[in-house]
Amino acid sequence: MSEMINQTEMREKYLRKGMLPSIFCNGCGHGSSLDYTFRAIEELGLDLDNMVFASGIGCSSRIPGYINADGLHTTHGRSLAFATGVKAANPELDVVVFSGDGDATGIGGNHFIHAARRNIDITVIILNNFIYGMTGGQVAPTSPKGTIATTAPYGNLEGAFDISELAKSLGAAYVARWPVFYPSQPIKSIKDAIQTKGFSLVELMSPCPTAYGRRNKLGNIKKLWDWYEDNSILAEEYDKIMNYGTDEEKAETINKIKIGVFQHTEKVGFFEAYEEQIANLMANDDKKWGGSK
Amino acid sequence: MRYELDPVRVRKILGNKKQFIMGDMAIAYGGLLAGVGFFGGYPITPASEVAEGMARMLPRAGGTFIQMEDEIASMAAIIGAAWSGTKTMTATSGPGFSLMMENYGYAIMTETPCVIANVQRTGPSTGQPTQGAQGDMLQTRWGSHGDMMAIALCPSTVQECLDMTIEAFNLSEKYRHPVVLLADGEVGHLREKVVIPDVDEMELIERIEATVDKDKFIPYSESQTNPGSKVPDFPTFGSGYRSYVTGLTHNDMGFPATDKQPDHERLINRLVSKITDDREKLTDVEEIELEDAEIVFVTYGASARPAESAVRMARAKGIKAGMLRLKLVWPFPEKAIYELSKKVSKIIVPEMSLGQMVHPVREFAAKDCEVIVAPKVGGVMHLPVELLAYLEEGSQ
Repeated sequence: MSEMINQTEMREKYLRKGMLPSIFCNGCGHGSSLDYTFRAIEELGLDLDNMVFASGIGCSSRIPGYINADGLHTTHGRSLAFATGVKAANPELDVVVFSGDGDATGIGGNHFIHAARRNIDITVIILNNFIYGMTGGQVAPTSPKGTIATTAPYGNLEGAFDISELAKSLGAAYVARWPVFYPSQPIKSIKDAIQTKGFSLVELMSPCPTAYGRRNKLGNIKKLWDWYEDNSILAEEYDKIMNYGTDEEKAETINKIKIGVFQHTEKVGFFEAYEEQIANLMANDDKKWGGSK
Repeated sequence: MRYELDPVRVRKILGNKKQFIMGDMAIAYGGLLAGVGFFGGYPITPASEVAEGMARMLPRAGGTFIQMEDEIASMAAIIGAAWSGTKTMTATSGPGFSLMMENYGYAIMTETPCVIANVQRTGPSTGQPTQGAQGDMLQTRWGSHGDMMAIALCPSTVQECLDMTIEAFNLSEKYRHPVVLLADGEVGHLREKVVIPDVDEMELIERIEATVDKDKFIPYSESQTNPGSKVPDFPTFGSGYRSYVTGLTHNDMGFPATDKQPDHERLINRLVSKITDDREKLTDVEEIELEDAEIVFVTYGASARPAESAVRMARAKGIKAGMLRLKLVWPFPEKAIYELSKKVSKIIVPEMSLGQMVHPVREFAAKDCEVIVAPKVGGVMHLPVELLAYLEEGSQ
């Protein structure tokens, strides 16, 4: 299907035009993420009328506004709790949540771990740019050590969350991480995540030249995007080097960011299990009441 | 599969027509009878029994109960579920209500129908978890940031816990606004006889869903199917309207208008006036011995019970005492208070706090009428004799 529709036609079909222009800066990775999402929906042949896009607060959380479908732009960090309700009341809807690293793992960390633990059948696309971009470059729970931010002017001393590792440890059904400059892997992962039953996470590393790059000697857009290329490594490669590489190779690799598909399992989603429980309870009652309602 | 209420099934689940149950359970009954399809909650004393009742009964009716990770998430989840087209509810008490303030404001801004049962206790902070109080009367009205209105009902009996929960849903659906049932720990844990309405004894109001052509739909303006109503038609998720719901200031089409003063002014004024236009229609008070009264209580919730006893005792002593009980506390019955204050010399407001509703009473009372609070704190109710003393002193 993807060959049948070009980029212009796709944008025509999926963009909510009244919301344009977007708020995204030059060199931001969020627009690419939106494109990949459109492509994944197109390739899956999903009906936008049956999709709900939810989000919290931040640059990435503006994305549902640009998609011509039902959108729920909620409060900071709470999108997964809202999405849980959306899905609970109508499990037939395809629910996709867009979130940022601060939104999902800072203020929304509790909702993130519980949505994953419950195995709520939704797809979460987290655009990780290591920084609070919309508010002007404050340090995030994902900022690497040493990051210079408006609220870490002398360098960040805190350890960073590895969002994908966190989701994996919580038993998420699908977990993948890619930098946005590879188009085909994110598209495939978004498709797989939507099709996987249960809680699915696609973490896209999305550069923020304005709020992160400028303060961290990566203000030049090309230089920033190159940084991601130089500092990410396929998980299989990483493991190979850490197991069998020379000390030199290991030292060069140890701080790189692993990318790839980390988890892909089929688990019964929470609402599927819930519907089964409801059906059993109702059948019991009907039996008790002699077959009548 | 969208939840659809099968009222006959719900009624069968609830059982006998007359029951002896606690207020919290009556709230759960009321929610089920009103057609709640999703309940999200978090344990908190003295409101936990509402969630427990829902956990037991709601799945049997085909609805979904989830114990969320906290009250912030509970409020978020019921708003999300409301947008998928069902009636939704949560229950909490003081500290949880404080946590809900963020998304309570979101529900107001996005015109999301939902019901919050707040079985009040005291504070600040954790306070006295197992004791009743009336600590959130003003938080309901003013607790979230920004300009807003509130709709809140105050039950004084277990029967009212049930009836007013149904009424809360009706108001919520009608005005597309979160409605708060302001019970208190006393009435929530009180056990009394209730009569459970049958299916044909209830009037249920449903939100008006959008039906106009999709390209003509205006999501945040006056109703397009109910001319003159300031409550817009509801575009349920999945119905093809592709609406955008945001807590940002938005224009009539739902698009962010964060730097546009006229859009904000128009939106906020409509959100408030869609309720205040109906203030007098909504006013719901009970009058006791008011015909010739000179000194009166203005009461609500559990404290109306000892207050009514005190009025009877005072009458037996020849004191011209009376009582006005507010069943709906927000929007505040301004005219009822003003008219009462012109006829009496003194209004006493018994409250299980240092005084909250005494402030709006004073604000709207005629200036010649003295308005005082009869406070009772510490998790116990006023004794009738304590309140009688206020009447005796005031009548001298």
